[in-house]
Amino acid sequence: MKKEDVEEKAGTVEVFIMGKSYRVPANLTIMKAIEYAGYRFIRGCGCRAGFCGACSTVYRRENEQKLRFALACQKLVEDKMYLVQLPFVPADQAKYDLEKLKPDENVLLRVYPEIARCVACNTCTKTCPQDIEVMKVIQAAIRGDIKKCAELSFDCIQCGLCAMRCPADIKHYHVAQLARVLYGKHLMPKSKNLEKRIKEIEEGKFDEEIDRLIKLSKENKEEIVRMYKEREIEE
Amino acid sequence: MKLIKGYPEYMWESIEKVEETREERLKSTIPRMSLEEREEILRKFHPDYKEGTKREVRIGPNKGDVFYNEIVDLLESKPLIDPDEIDLSSVDYDVDILIIGGGGAGTVAALWAYESGIPKDNILIVTKLRHGDSNSMMAQGGIQAADRPEDSPVIHFLDAYGGGHFTNKPELVKALVMDAPFIIKWHEELGVMYDRDENGEFIEISGGGTSRFRLHAAKDYTGMEIMRVLREKARNIGIPVLEFTSVIELLMDDRGRVAGGIAVNMETQEYIVIRAKATILATGGSGRLHLQNFPTTNHYGATGDGLVLAYRVGAKLRDLDAAQYHPTGAVYPEALVGLLCTEKLRGFGAVPVNKDGETFVHPLEPRDVESAAYIRECYERNKGVETPTGLRGIWLDTPMIEEIHGEGTIDRYFAAMKRQFGRFDIDISKQPILVFPTLHYQNGGVEIDEYAQTSVPGLFAAGEVTGGVHGKNRLMGNSLLDYNVFGRRAGIYAAKYVKKVKLGKLSLEHVRKYVKMLEEAGIKTDRKAPILLPDYRGKKALSRALDIF
Repeated sequence: MKKEDVEEKAGTVEVFIMGKSYRVPANLTIMKAIEYAGYRFIRGCGCRAGFCGACSTVYRRENEQKLRFALACQKLVEDKMYLVQLPFVPADQAKYDLEKLKPDENVLLRVYPEIARCVACNTCTKTCPQDIEVMKVIQAAIRGDIKKCAELSFDCIQCGLCAMRCPADIKHYHVAQLARVLYGKHLMPKSKNLEKRIKEIEEGKFDEEIDRLIKLSKENKEEIVRMYKEREIEE
Repeated sequence: MKLIKGYPEYMWESIEKVEETREERLKSTIPRMSLEEREEILRKFHPDYKEGTKREVRIGPNKGDVFYNEIVDLLESKPLIDPDEIDLSSVDYDVDILIIGGGGAGTVAALWAYESGIPKDNILIVTKLRHGDSNSMMAQGGIQAADRPEDSPVIHFLDAYGGGHFTNKPELVKALVMDAPFIIKWHEELGVMYDRDENGEFIEISGGGTSRFRLHAAKDYTGMEIMRVLREKARNIGIPVLEFTSVIELLMDDRGRVAGGIAVNMETQEYIVIRAKATILATGGSGRLHLQNFPTTNHYGATGDGLVLAYRVGAKLRDLDAAQYHPTGAVYPEALVGLLCTEKLRGFGAVPVNKDGETFVHPLEPRDVESAAYIRECYERNKGVETPTGLRGIWLDTPMIEEIHGEGTIDRYFAAMKRQFGRFDIDISKQPILVFPTLHYQNGGVEIDEYAQTSVPGLFAAGEVTGGVHGKNRLMGNSLLDYNVFGRRAGIYAAKYVKKVKLGKLSLEHVRKYVKMLEEAGIKTDRKAPILLPDYRGKKALSRALDIF
């Protein structure tokens, strides 16, 4: 079956791209539908797989007041959808030197004091296309619970929709980023195996063996193939 | 079409068979193939071996080598600019180091150039989308580093070298495996949240073709977690980044050294002259060329620009006859076709199963072998499941993961996968997912040495754009490692290199020569490259588009 036939079979829907009507196949994502209509993206398109936050989209359904939010690459078109994309988020990351920040309970408030203005309206949570409980992330940040802030926000793709909707001008995704690096750097326990291995490498423990492999790869391929075949596999 | 739990009704007969045989599958696995068996299945079924998909390069340093048609098309294209129309006397940016590409490799290179003493304002990252938009962002499974007592860089070397069919450049493999633990340590210091046990040891799993549990992960958002931490660091330092700007040609000086580039603002189309003492190519891969019309896991900008830029200044390429098809790309639902289903799913025990619920290959063969086995199952043995749009796939039995590791494992380690399929009402902890190989990685590229130098002075390269590290097949978890190891090396050695360089007069003579070379080889074409972004406009809209505005 050809791609075009498939598109026809699925039927079409009417969408409004920035207010203008287009008829597009019903089984397309918002992103592919916009392209089908003849647009070529420069902004508003990144990984096309739900990982980068480039294609955040605001939409409204006909006869509804409510604004809804989605990633254009992850959401199928629906009939009578009014669509607009967000090409850029003008919310700045604070400047700080992570080496000089201590993971104490006031650090997030010091770097991002505006979090104290949170009115707990929960708009951020309702906006998040990743279904993260964004307001709880900010509440944890205000309380100084870095771990909770880091863990709750982990799946954040930094699309910035939360910051664009916040009546208190909080930059949730930047606050959460700071919480995560503080947690990763200071609060997660460190690996002893890693320390040990680094020391071994610095002491040259593997140099001879590796250099032998390099030599074999040039002079005696059969031997290195044999070693590969006979290597033990951890199951 | 009626859907039950996300799947069309007709698929349920097959899904039930998968459920019936699960119990048995949990008890026994299929043995791994011998090297000879691997070779045979690759020859018969791997897309790299399909006839008519490659041809000889007719010009340049790789003349006579055979690469994929789509890659040769790029190399045999005309430049986007006419050198006579570019005013080189007016330099817009004058820096020590130009970094082309704002993904993983480019950002790491910038950070280490800065660490090596280059002031931030003497570094410039140019990237055609946003800072961080890259395949690095999308990597899910993990990053390899031999840091467990049961493991060693020597074993990591053997795995990578054998996985690459012994075609890798061994000096690069050495750099890869020996730097690996230091990279993880660096990430630790930057604050990357790797999955760990209560004692702080990393939770490490196995990938295809690795003989030890060696993959470090951050859920199945590993690439995103590393990339956003690196980007935050670069932003804090204030390293300048030109977004939505593409380098479309490298510049040279009159002594044959690479000396920056000509970039274009993607939105206004204004050109920009950048002079740099050293240039680092970090443009990533080429999945969006859709080799053999395969769908791809790659991000929107993965169009192989770096290969063209490098080739026009005379840099040598390698291994572009071998592409990586990731065995488990989604084939259903239609909206997810081609997208990555992480290898980590198999690392955690999910097994590939045919439409009758039978196991047919060990789940953790190297990627090329695993892919070939899925293609055989679907198209020779006809044991695949057909989707409503006529694609075929085999089941990846994801519910096995929680049978083995307990309830909640999917939530904890596979949040991205669960969310992605959940949006289409498929619960991967309860139902298997339908997969087929998808174009994933450019195994070869611009040849570098262990100092990340290309064959042309002044031009360094790191990450997916390069060739040699992985030979003709990369193992899972070695690409995140690759861009960190060689991005770092590119930053450090470029910083060293610029200290002794005094540039001569800027020139685009190499572009004129290249055009002449195309003519002399009798290559007549209207193709232009680099192509910068793919064109997915609908056929009807495109056929009526007038170029008037």
